[in-house]
Amino acid sequence: MPMGIKVSDLTIARGGIKVLEGLSFQLAAGQALVLRGPNGVGKTTLLRTIAGLQPPVSGRIESAVDTLVYAGHADGIKATLTVSENLKFWAQVFGNADISAALEAFELTPLSNRPAGALSAGQKRRLGLARLLVTGRDVWILDEPTVSLDVQAVEMFAAAIREHLRQGGSALIATHINLGLDEARILDVGPYRAKALEIDDFDGAFL
Amino acid sequence: MIALLIRDLRLAMRAGGGFGLGLAFFLIVVVLVPFGVGPQSTLLSSIAPGILWLGALLACLLSLDRIFALDWEDGSLDLLATAPLPMEAIVTIKALAHWLTTGLPLVLAAPVFGLLLSLPEAGYKPLILSLFLGTPALSVIGTFGAALTVGLKRGGLLLSLLVLPLYVPTLIFGAEMARRGAAGLDVTTPLLMLAGITCGTIALLPFASAAVLRVNLR
Repeated sequence: MPMGIKVSDLTIARGGIKVLEGLSFQLAAGQALVLRGPNGVGKTTLLRTIAGLQPPVSGRIESAVDTLVYAGHADGIKATLTVSENLKFWAQVFGNADISAALEAFELTPLSNRPAGALSAGQKRRLGLARLLVTGRDVWILDEPTVSLDVQAVEMFAAAIREHLRQGGSALIATHINLGLDEARILDVGPYRAKALEIDDFDGAFL
Repeated sequence: MIALLIRDLRLAMRAGGGFGLGLAFFLIVVVLVPFGVGPQSTLLSSIAPGILWLGALLACLLSLDRIFALDWEDGSLDLLATAPLPMEAIVTIKALAHWLTTGLPLVLAAPVFGLLLSLPEAGYKPLILSLFLGTPALSVIGTFGAALTVGLKRGGLLLSLLVLPLYVPTLIFGAEMARRGAAGLDVTTPLLMLAGITCGTIALLPFASAAVLRVNLR
């Protein structure tokens, strides 16, 4: 089993309606893949399916056991816990202990004793991204990771991704902005949009 | 798993965490009942076991929708579901945390509240024992209800309607045990039934809760 993810002929659905079909790609160790596509095309659904939160309609997703980590739109931060308590919790859940490197990478060290509820939106997002580092997982699955980040923080994030790739990790990122990652491949999921045949038939039954 | 338990307990203790909510509700019920039924202590002492059990049950119900709703809203539930913890362990820990922050304080406060309702002296031991045996079942059943309704806006009403019938057996045998104890009768049968219900729910319901939670996260 190679590291990374291999997706073959995948069809996924949201709320019972197919959104993407016939999607195949491969993500090897040390690679990053950026997903593009218009709003509502199914990028989030694709990432949630790969993360295992919902089953695919058909097709296969292959990856090694316990190598994926998912970060969605919400950061999963508890407002009443401090920054370091939030990170320590996730580190312990994933069986790690050291959070200092993650705090350092996203410049959160000066904020580590502040309640997470007192952070700005961008600082919260940086905390959410720092969580990826403490998990120690190889494949990062990121949904719009740069929302509410400023230019400097986006560079910080790109640097973290680059370091992760250099260490043999990989990343699957749905984003609309240019991260400045020259080595990342881009996959436009627009052409894989599922045919809306069923919906036409559904309407036809009532006409 | 321990980390999750510690986090949940810490969250409950922090501001807005809801620790003491059930206890305060229990206190209000027990203090107001004597005003409602009048000052006859014989009447009070005969209804005390039932009132105490009912108060404990409603106090438990009050905090159920917090079990998963807060984690669902801020995205932690998605992240926990993709973490290397089995879903069954997550729901068990959540139920345990709910019992430690709601059920256990009720058990410990029950003797004090028994005084307010002039519970007969013989009734204290069976009351505490019955609450100690019965409240874990309330938390586990409640966690199942919370898992069913997670993600629904204002799911609290549905949650109460779903959970109340499931609480009935626990209430019947728990209150029966406390009542028989207060009357000085043998409590073995309701004790065994209550213990059986609690063991059964703890053994089976986490699997059901985990299954519905997986469906709800799709």
